[in-house]
Formats: sequence, structure tokens, C-alpha cells
Amino acid sequence: MEIKLWINGKLIKDNVEPDTPMLEYLRSKGCYSVKRGCETSNCGLCTVWLEDKPILSCTLPLMRADGKHITTLEGLQSEAEEFGAFLADEGAEQCGFCNSGFIMNVLAMKRELNDPTEEEIKEYLTGNLCRCTGYVGQLRAIKKYLKSVKGDLGNE
Amino acid sequence: MLRCNDYIFAESLDEAYALNRKKSAAIVGGCGWLKLGSRQWGSVIDLSRLGLDKITETDEAFTIGAMVTLRDIEKHEGLNAYTNGAIKESVRHIVGTQFRNTVTVGGSIFGRFGFSDVLTVFMVTDSFVELYKGGVIPLHEFAKLHYDDDILVNVIVKKNPLKMAYSSFRNQQTDFPVLTFAHAFREDGAFSVIGARPSRAELKRDEENILKDIFSKSQDEVIEAINAYALWISSQYTYESNLRASADYRRHIAEVLARRTVTAIVDKG
Repeated sequence: MEIKLWINGKLIKDNVEPDTPMLEYLRSKGCYSVKRGCETSNCGLCTVWLEDKPILSCTLPLMRADGKHITTLEGLQSEAEEFGAFLADEGAEQCGFCNSGFIMNVLAMKRELNDPTEEEIKEYLTGNLCRCTGYVGQLRAIKKYLKSVKGDLGNE
Repeated sequence: MLRCNDYIFAESLDEAYALNRKKSAAIVGGCGWLKLGSRQWGSVIDLSRLGLDKITETDEAFTIGAMVTLRDIEKHEGLNAYTNGAIKESVRHIVGTQFRNTVTVGGSIFGRFGFSDVLTVFMVTDSFVELYKGGVIPLHEFAKLHYDDDILVNVIVKKNPLKMAYSSFRNQQTDFPVLTFAHAFREDGAFSVIGARPSRAELKRDEENILKDIFSKSQDEVIEAINAYALWISSQYTYESNLRASADYRRHIAEVLARRTVTAIVDKG
């Protein structure tokens, strides 16, 4: 089937099988940040943005993205690097396998929620699983990151 | 994994209905359920270009399109003001933000899943489904029907005055619920819905009038009435065992959730 979509701002016209999974397609286009960590829509590793909303690329069929814009971590490099530094400073992660989907959802949360409480942060990110940690370091990193971003805005 | 020979964006409900009459066809909502199967489908029919992704609010009702996501109803101010936040409470424990941005109200309601928080919460309101061929029928009636090839177009919630609350019990966060409970005081009576027993949610009315005039009773009378109601309503349903909980455990949880949920409504006044 013919499909036209934008991946990280780049227009792609392609011919695909009707049941192509969005996740594997994105990987075939070089977006290796997008990973399959489970088979049951539970882990959040495959998080990408469809029209700027975080969704599960393991779940939505690729065809649903026809005519739409997908953003992956590859398209948010500088922002990801900035937040990644906070994660590193807090020693938040061990293996790092889950962090690409996690960062995608943190950056979506930053856009969607204004000054979230700890409970709101936890609720927004509860669909991102990490099996190495207890999420405490991540939470510290997020709070410091959001504070820093807000400070930047305040100085503008 | 979703497997299909053809993926079709329906250009009209008429076309979608005609295509869906084939046994090998399926309508795709957010694909959260279809992707868990291993069946090879002929045609998968996508309704996302029919403008069904909107919530319309009038003085009389909310009309929720089949392709509205669970995240949309979670964030809808009018719907949550009307249901005293029960809609948000019913979906916020479902997997995660990304999942709720992905899956749809139409998929949840048409599926009539035994585990459904969404079916439970809508059923306790004066709600209807609009089917392409079957017309508008009460949700609690629709929930009893077998699957057919009709198409769910909208979920309609009539804005009759009510006071309601929702609660669920999960063994752990974001898992399927062990039990779901919704209660509403409506002009036509007090209603409860218990779901995830683990079968489809069912609506029951306080036929014994145990909660009659509850808002004008003394505190001791309120406690007595709610305890009696919790015992009564939880005994009106059948429960079964599965890997999450036993039937006896569910019956016990039903009584606890009934007591807590009704108390929460009455305490608010």
C-alpha cells in the first residue's frame, strides 16, 4: 500500500505491507531508539509522538500514520541530550535500555503539563517500565530538569 | 501482532458497514486488542477519517465519537465536571499515558470486555450507544448483546442530574482490574455497576430502596444504610475466579468498594 508520512520532519513516500507495524518500520528507517521491550503494550519503550502526542508504536498500525508526522528520539537530539545529562548526574539508570521511550514521554510531559506535582509526574510516566531501578533517581532528575527548564524560560 | 491482507480507510459509515459484513473483516480502533491476537484478517477497516474523534457537548448530552481516545475523555473538562471526575478516575489506571493516547472509546465499548473500566463507568450514567444499523440503544442493554457486524458510531451520555463516583481494585498499578465499581444517584434512582467479576459489567438499581433519602439522614443512619447496601448490592452479582483473584475474593472486594464509593458520594453531599 502507498503511504506518505513525515519522520522527524522528513517526508517519506513508500510502498508497504498493509499490516506493517509502526515500530519495525521506524527501525527500518534508521530510528533505532524505538525498541520493543514487551509484546503487550505495557513497557513504553516504543514511545514515539504522532502529531506531537506520545503513543505506542508497537500498537498502532503504521497505516494510521498516513499523512501524519512522527517524531522519534532521533528528531529531538539536543533536548534529549539536555535531559539525559540530568539522568546521568543523578545516576538514575543502570542499563539504559528503557531510556529512549522514557525520555520521549518525559519530553511530552514537559509540553503537556504545567508545573506537575510528584504524583502527576508519576501518573504521566507510569506506562514506562524500568527493571533496573526503583525510579527514584529518574524522579530526582525530572524534578531538577523541569526546574532548570522553567528557570531558563523565566530568564528569557 | 496485527496481520491483515488489506487496510482500508473507510470513506463513509456505509462503506465501513458493507466491508465489515465479511467474517474476515475487523474494525480497528487503537489496535490495543487486535494486536494481541494471532488471527490473519482479510480487511482491517479504519474509521479515523470519518470525523469520529470528537466529543460534542450540548445542554442535553455528550456525544463521544467512536475514535475518541481514552486520554481525550480523561482530559475533557465538561465530561469530568458532569461525572464528578469519575471518568478520569476510571481510565487513569489503564496502562499509561501513551496507551490511552492510542486506544479508543469505541474499541473499549464495542469490545464489551469483561475487564473494562470504561464500560463500567459509562453504564452507570444515563448512556446510550449509537449503532450504524441498530440505532440508539441503552448501553446496559448493548452490553448484553452478542458481537455482530454493526458499527458503533457514538457513545451518548444524557446530562440528567446525578452524583457519581468510580473505583477499581488492582493487584498492582496499571494491570487489568480485579474488580470495577461505579455508583450514581440519579433522578430515577440509585444505580450501581460492578464489572471485571471477571465478566461483563452489569447495571443494577437499588430496588429495595436501601439508599432512599440518604442525603437527609443522620450520620449513624447513613453508615447503617451504606453498610446494608454494600452487602445487598455485592450479593446481587455472580463472581468467578481467574488468575488475578478468586470468586470469593472478588465478592469481598465488591462489598468494600461499594461501601467506600457510595460513602465518598454521600460525604461530598
